[in-house]
Amino acid sequence: MGKRSIVPYGPQHPVLPEPIHLDLVLEDEKVLAAIPSIGFIHRGLESLTSKKDFNEMVYVAERICGICSFMHGMGYCMAVEDIMNVEVPRRADYLRTIWAEMSRLHSHLLWLGLLADGFGFESLFMHSWRLRENILDMFEASTGGRVIFSVNTIGGVLKDMPNDMLKEFVKKLDEMEKEIRETTSIFLNDYTVKSRLVDVGILTGEDAIRRGAVGPMMRASGINVDMRKNGYAAYNDIDFDVITSNNCDSYARCEVRIGEIFQSIDIIRQCVAKIPDTEINTKVTGMPNGESIIRVEQPRGEAFYHVRANGTKFLDRFRVRTPTFANIPALTQTLQGCQYGDVPLLVLTIDPCISCTER
Amino acid sequence: MSTIHKSPWLLHYDGSSCNGCDIEVLACTTPVYDVERFGVINTGNPMHADIFLITGGINSQNEAVVKQIYEQMPQPKVVIAVGTCACTGGIFKECYNIKGGADTVIPVDIYVPGCAARPESIIDGVVKGIALFKEKAAALKASENAN
Ligand code: SF4
Repeated sequence: MGKRSIVPYGPQHPVLPEPIHLDLVLEDEKVLAAIPSIGFIHRGLESLTSKKDFNEMVYVAERICGICSFMHGMGYCMAVEDIMNVEVPRRADYLRTIWAEMSRLHSHLLWLGLLADGFGFESLFMHSWRLRENILDMFEASTGGRVIFSVNTIGGVLKDMPNDMLKEFVKKLDEMEKEIRETTSIFLNDYTVKSRLVDVGILTGEDAIRRGAVGPMMRASGINVDMRKNGYAAYNDIDFDVITSNNCDSYARCEVRIGEIFQSIDIIRQCVAKIPDTEINTKVTGMPNGESIIRVEQPRGEAFYHVRANGTKFLDRFRVRTPTFANIPALTQTLQGCQYGDVPLLVLTIDPCISCTER
Repeated sequence: MSTIHKSPWLLHYDGSSCNGCDIEVLACTTPVYDVERFGVINTGNPMHADIFLITGGINSQNEAVVKQIYEQMPQPKVVIAVGTCACTGGIFKECYNIKGGADTVIPVDIYVPGCAARPESIIDGVVKGIALFKEKAAALKASENAN
């Protein structure tokens, strides 16, 4: 038996844009166990409910995470709307769906870039991020912001996208699709890239369930779960299949996310074809009173929102369970028995978003 | 020294940001914005870094980490606080775990406001940082010669 040593990994680490700390128990080059410790970005965001009223909380919810900012705002609004029995106009539902899918697109492209950087393929990283900028341009054209949009409000959305603009977006996406296919084919077919991904970090379907994984982690282990199938916003009008893979390794996770990029483009196309011309928000009066739970499928998996209101403008409780938090137990599983050199890659394959985990 | 100030290296650390400013900092180093055209390279090692970009406010757990990174950087060094959070604590100022902006633990030279800070303003901050870096390097050299 080799000598055991403990190597600290993080919080400041070149491949991690965000701080997470792992204590890696090594025997030679092999990782025996990984002990995560979190809390470097903990702000105490949920406690702001006692200082900001429920309308202002929309903007706080958006700042849980800058990558899925739109979806956090949407999840929170949906929970409050549910408590107040507000019927959101159909066009707002569609607009939310379009923006949500655009968020997924840019998030997955971002992840592909970081993954490429993680295994040292610098130019692929740059290409993925170059493609991502096109989506951010669309966000900027439609909302005015690149990462934080503030377009959600309780009762709908604040900005409309004119139909011409939507058509223009679809045209742009059509053009981009070719380029994305070219770039992503490197992830899927390149010999060197494959040698880093295939059979690395196996998470079997059973383990995924036992460890409570969510999102692409779960789907890459062959389990069919996708909150979008619950039909919130406009998803009940949209025709799509949940993308899964049975390989259970890092390659499968990459495959699932790449599949979802094209799926998102397709969902946006369907939305634009079907979007009705109605109002974009309804006027909401009164104070919320009651409790609600909402689940939203974010790029990283299922996010869960719990809101409890007491009839005043300040909420009693706002609680979020974010996908990365749910995926950390799965991460420690995949790290067990892996090579030390694969650690950065495996940390990246759960698509970690630490700021939403710790809030 | 003369070659060093033409190409300072960046180090980025996420204090307790929401990620918004973080990815904008990263976006600066990728095509479209590309700060590398100013000779700047993004590094992961504090000991190689000249300019420290910090996003997000300071909380009780990352305080020591930020201080340590700052101390590990060689002289001269420039600190840029990116985003409203790093400048003042921003929207999270009233949270129980936020002590305030980055300047509560380390001296900050340049403040880049915005929520999220736009890549254009981050680049502007970095370019100003390069100028400041040159000044600091000259001052350091002068004091070394004096001794
Ligand atoms: S300034 Fe805004 S975008 Fe930047 S980290 Fe703070 S909350 Fe996020």
